[in-house]
Amino acid sequence: MSAAQPLLRTRALRHFWPDGGHALALEDLAAARGESLFLHGPSGSGKSTLLGLLAGVLAPSSGDVLILETSFSSMSAAARDRFRANHLGYIFQQFNLLPFLTPIENVLLGCAWSAERKKRAGGTHVRMAAEAQRLLSSLGLGAHVWSRTKTGELSVGQQQRVAAARALIGGPALLLADEPTSALDASSRDAFLKLLLEECAIYGTGVVFVSHDLALARHFDRTVALASAPVES
Amino acid sequence: MRLLSLTLKSMRQRKAGVALTVFTVALSVFLLLGVERVRTDARLGFASTVSGTDLLVGARSGPVTLLLYSIFHVGEATNNITWKSYQDIRAMPEVAWTVPLSLGDSHRGFRVTGTNSDFFVHYHYGRGNALAFASGQPFSDLYDAVIGSEVAHQLRYKVGDRIVLSHGLGGANLATHADKPFRVSGVLAPTGTPVDASIAVSLEAIEAIHVDWHSGIRLPGMEASAEQARHMDLTPKAITATLVGLHSRLSAFAVQSAINDYPEEPLLAVLPGVALGELWHLVGTAESALRVVSAMVLLVGMSGMLTALLGMLGERRREMAVLRAVGASTRTVFALLVMESTLLTAAGMIAGVVLLDATTAVAHNYLLATAGLVIDQNPAPGEWLLLVVVLALGSLAGCIPGWIAYRRSLADGLQVRL
Repeated sequence: MSAAQPLLRTRALRHFWPDGGHALALEDLAAARGESLFLHGPSGSGKSTLLGLLAGVLAPSSGDVLILETSFSSMSAAARDRFRANHLGYIFQQFNLLPFLTPIENVLLGCAWSAERKKRAGGTHVRMAAEAQRLLSSLGLGAHVWSRTKTGELSVGQQQRVAAARALIGGPALLLADEPTSALDASSRDAFLKLLLEECAIYGTGVVFVSHDLALARHFDRTVALASAPVES
Repeated sequence: MRLLSLTLKSMRQRKAGVALTVFTVALSVFLLLGVERVRTDARLGFASTVSGTDLLVGARSGPVTLLLYSIFHVGEATNNITWKSYQDIRAMPEVAWTVPLSLGDSHRGFRVTGTNSDFFVHYHYGRGNALAFASGQPFSDLYDAVIGSEVAHQLRYKVGDRIVLSHGLGGANLATHADKPFRVSGVLAPTGTPVDASIAVSLEAIEAIHVDWHSGIRLPGMEASAEQARHMDLTPKAITATLVGLHSRLSAFAVQSAINDYPEEPLLAVLPGVALGELWHLVGTAESALRVVSAMVLLVGMSGMLTALLGMLGERRREMAVLRAVGASTRTVFALLVMESTLLTAAGMIAGVVLLDATTAVAHNYLLATAGLVIDQNPAPGEWLLLVVVLALGSLAGCIPGWIAYRRSLADGLQVRL
């Protein structure tokens, strides 16, 4: 896999909020396969909006997002859903795990709707479960935790590892992370990031990590400042 | 992950809400089917006040009139059938059995029917139920009487009690047949038919209490004691009406017209079902009222059910958002929501039907005794259709949040802090 292969590109991306008061204009962004990008911006600089645009959840007012040379604007909603399931992993700020499932089941949700990711995670249920266990263990969640606790009873740090494993299982091409470490203290945050990026490297997964905390930037290949704050339209 | 197991696990998480929703649906179904069953069974019960009887024969009048006085004990017969005519009908080759009915006496407001013991064999009601004895047995002695359940209940009679019949059908100061008292030999179980409010004695007994009567008054100087009457000729001269059973239903119309054309006296044979149907038309407003109630129950029950389902599914908004965010398609989310509402509705329906069956089983005797209403445990004919409508509405209820989720769940999942 060569680093020159493009993973993500944006072209003249602009987003207007429905209230009409604000607009977000972005400088063009590019990332190669397997590259990890730290996207830095202060609160209110439109980070979550940008992630929504990159995930194809929000439709830009103008401009386009291309992932693996595929343009979101050229796809139907259903095709975007399929594409997202196959190629994107997303770690939420709130983790958004289903509390009534076991940690393993939560991780397996990550590849439940993508045949490609299922295949990459092992194909059979047994192998996928083994892969989920491996991921949890590598991210620092021991078998004694995931084997007997419901997800809803886990601590914040443990839930975050489950959420990361869910985003990573089946090796998506791109991992989008929305301030997933904001609830952690500095030392566990660094340890977690290290493990996360190691796993990404194994899969060759590119990372776009959004945070206001510049101290994290050193873990990533490249840092991009979210230059364009919301402007009056 | 299988959608079904995901739904079940999610539901296990929301036990209280799920139980409440299922309960609401169950109550709606219970009410809906309950009203429907009462309505159908009220009509069926009426329509089968007399069943298994192929023809009802009396003196010529109108079908409804004949039905009213002979079966429902309303009004009086204008004329009688002679014993000879009755014997002729009996002798017809198509006729399998006959049950004579001789009316005209009463006891404290309850009508007395003179008949024979075939009455207890051939008089059927409802879905072919024969009369059953709550206690005692059919009349065996000349002065034995069998009383209906309501008579026993209201007058607190039991087997062995002595009763005195009155001449005529009501009003004050009736002449009594005090010289020939009867003994209660049996009490019938409730039937929900006019039999409950009547007293059955043998035809010979009717004859015996009238041996010394003529034209409605007791002949002075010709009194015959109860004991003397036993030794007199007690063959009736006339009866009021007769139930006729045929070997084959196919011959009903032929026998009917043969009886209607009987040359020796003007007779009328009617098909009980047809006459009952005509009569029901007259009193059918009650059914229309129930139909209106049924429609209102449907409306309220369904609204309650939909409210409960929508509330339940609203709780899954966050879950749907999460699933959308990890790649579930809108179709999957839609399917999950519809599956849940269908499951909840189906569970509620089963619970409702079980509840209804249990209630009818428990309340059956009470309703029969107090309201004369026979509520059948068998499903009413329209019930399946109703259940299908309920299930369809329940599934449809899942489409509403499904549609909302379709429009917003993805954005919810990524951005809204639910």
